[in-house]
This record gives sequence, structure tokens and C-alpha cells, in this order.
Amino acid sequence: MPGSSRNDAFAAVVLPHLDAAYNLARWLLRDSAAAEDVVQEAMLRALTYFSSFKGVNPRAWLLQIVRNTAYASRALDRGTQLVPIAATPEPGAVTADDLVAGGDDPEAALIKARGERQVRELIAALPVELREPLVLRELEELSYKEIAEITRTPIGTVMSRLWRARQTLARAAAEGGSR
Amino acid sequence: MSDLPACDKVLLVQAELDGELDAAEAAALASHRAACPICQAAAADIAVAREAMRADLYEPMPEDVRARVAAGLGLAPPQRVVRPAAAWRRPWWSAGAGFGLGAACAAALALLMLVPADPGLTEQILAGHIRALQPGHLQDVESSDRHTVKPWFDGRIDFAPPVKDLAVQRFPLTGGRLDYVAGRPVAALVYQRDKHIIDLFVWPASASGGASTPETAQRQGYNLVHWTQNGMNFWAASDVEASQLKEFAETWQKAP
Repeated sequence: MPGSSRNDAFAAVVLPHLDAAYNLARWLLRDSAAAEDVVQEAMLRALTYFSSFKGVNPRAWLLQIVRNTAYASRALDRGTQLVPIAATPEPGAVTADDLVAGGDDPEAALIKARGERQVRELIAALPVELREPLVLRELEELSYKEIAEITRTPIGTVMSRLWRARQTLARAAAEGGSR
Repeated sequence: MSDLPACDKVLLVQAELDGELDAAEAAALASHRAACPICQAAAADIAVAREAMRADLYEPMPEDVRARVAAGLGLAPPQRVVRPAAAWRRPWWSAGAGFGLGAACAAALALLMLVPADPGLTEQILAGHIRALQPGHLQDVESSDRHTVKPWFDGRIDFAPPVKDLAVQRFPLTGGRLDYVAGRPVAALVYQRDKHIIDLFVWPASASGGASTPETAQRQGYNLVHWTQNGMNFWAASDVEASQLKEFAETWQKAP
């Protein structure tokens, strides 16, 4: 019956991108329960709209739906307060060995030693309009064009937001390193 | 809040580091960058930010969420699929023209004007080949075993490219990667003849049929050869001599 063949096609084309959907929702919302709600709703919308999907890039198509769903959600906090989303155990403190191991590049050694948790907090603290292109670029490895399409933003704005996000990260990393 | 960069080339420097410029644009930018302290500082900042984000930041869907989402859709729980390899960077023409010029900043305008609206297929193949020759871009899977290379493409592209090892014919397979040609993801197989790299781009042809006679072309000192076979398009690009590249094409066609 047509319903089941549509479901089969949806499972084959869209479901491989569940991780991408969740990753984006998690980084936009900074909360696992809210991310699950948004992905669940986005997937239902995706299934509904799937018959009209004609593109060649199901991942970008799904991420656009996730993004729109997240922005419609009251859970999306457009503020910039610092909410760590770290789910992993706190990494060890900076030791002398960490710094020596960096050889003649102490800055890189410090950033590395500051660890995943601090990077997560820095990214989570970015305003959502900067966090979004950064996550799509660095974690999903999407092209500028794809990010522009998903976020419905001109490509020049994508580029300048990505630049501001990276500059904020780099400055924070440098300040942390010289503290 | 505008916080625009102090040099209007900074966003181009970033685009280069993101793999969004082709070799010619990157070369044109290099002379500016060598003389511009603002762009050098920007490149350093971008490197620091990217280094920081090499930490394990990806949030894959937990298994319990996966099961609940599938149940909510009335579907069987899906299997995990591997993300694209980190080395995969989309080439510059995927940043194509046609975007909202009205709101684009000056640097983006410069980028769009630098990018040809629709480069020919030969130029796209050559640009893909040249990009791949830059350090770290050549292959996402490194193996001389076609039983390793062929399955690597599963789940990454929507077709199964034929993979042949031509080591006996002195064209050993060294690996493969994803590339982007003619507006779609394609398989790129990497072969060697002596010290020369041969890239073979493969994607489904619109018409099926038997093997076509290889057609050769030359651009900027590189040789290219194109043929179709068993419903697939084949484009090979290399700096080997034209006769050797033609030999490669004929060898490939005849190989089992």
C-alpha cells in the first residue's frame, strides 16, 4: 500500500540524518529534553511534507525543518546567558604536564588543556544567531550555501556571523589562556 | 553589534580556510594576505577557534531518544549511520551564485563576483582535482583494497560506484573520497602511476548503455579523459602524459 512505501522511502532517505537533527536541536536549545521534543515534532512535520521533498540534499532539508521547529519553540532562549550543556564528565584540571606537552606552542597547549567543557560553555554562551552557523559549519561541515538555505539568511550574513562567532571563541580562549 | 572586520578581505580569508575558494582565488588572496597584518591576525583567530572546536562536541541522538522518535513516527528504529568524514570539505562551486545580493556585505559580493556563474564540467573536474592535491584533501579512505574502498561509499552517496584495482596494470588504487561535481556528490577514486596521482570521478549517467570511446582534454597542463560505461559517468584527471591517461581509461574499461 502507498502509505508503507512512503514510510520505507522516508526511513531510507531521512532517518539516516537523525543524529544531525538532534545535534542541531541540542545546540540550539541547550537542553536535552527540549531537543527531544523539537526533533520529535520536526520528524512528524518532515513525514508530513516528505511527499513534496524533491531535493537531493535530505540532510539540509531536515535541518531546515528542525531549525524552524526550534525557532517556533518557546524553549528556544534567544538570550546569551551561560548554560553549560556538557553531558560528559568534567575533564581533569590543567596540569604542568599538559603545558609541557605542548612544546613551543603554549597557547595551543592551554586551549587543549582547558578542555572540552570550557569550549562547550563558550559555544553555548554565544547568541543563537552566532551559535547556529558555527555548529552547522564546524560540526555538520555544511557549505556556506547550505547554511544560508537552512537559516534563510543571506550568504554574506552567514559569513560575517561565522566570523564573529569564531572571533568570540578565539578571544575567550586567549583570555582564558592568559588568566 | 555590527563588529565588522577591519579589512574587507577578512571574510575571504575565512572562506579560503573553509575551503570555499578555488585554487585561483586562493592564489589571488595569498599576496594580499602576505602583506596584511589584519588578515594574518584573522587567520590566526580562525585557526584558534577551529582548533578549539576539534574537541568532541557532536551530540549524536541517544539510543532511547532514537527509539522514542521512531515509535512516534510509527516506524521501526533506524540503524546508526556514520557522519561524513571530517576531511570532507565541499568545494567552492557549491557556494554558487544566485544568492540575495541585496543584503550581502561587500566581501560576500566580492566572493560572488569571483565565482564563475556556471563553470564547465571540465573546469569543475580540474578544480576538484587541484583542490584534492592540496595537503590533506586527497582521500577520506586510504586503502589499496577495493573491498575496503567500495563499502566506504555506502550511506555517503546514493549510488554504489564500481571500484577496480589496477595494480597489475601499474595503476594501483590508493583510496577514495567524496567530491562535488555537476551539482551533486560524486565518488572520487584515487589511483597512482609512479609518482603521479590520477583522480577518477564517478557518478550515474542520465542514459545507460555500453562503453563510450574515451574523450580527452587538456587544461592548464593537466590531462583529462571522459567516458561513460554501464550507466556511469567517468572523468579522470591527472598530470600524467595524455597517452598514459588514455591507457588508464582503456585499462579501466577492459578490467573485470
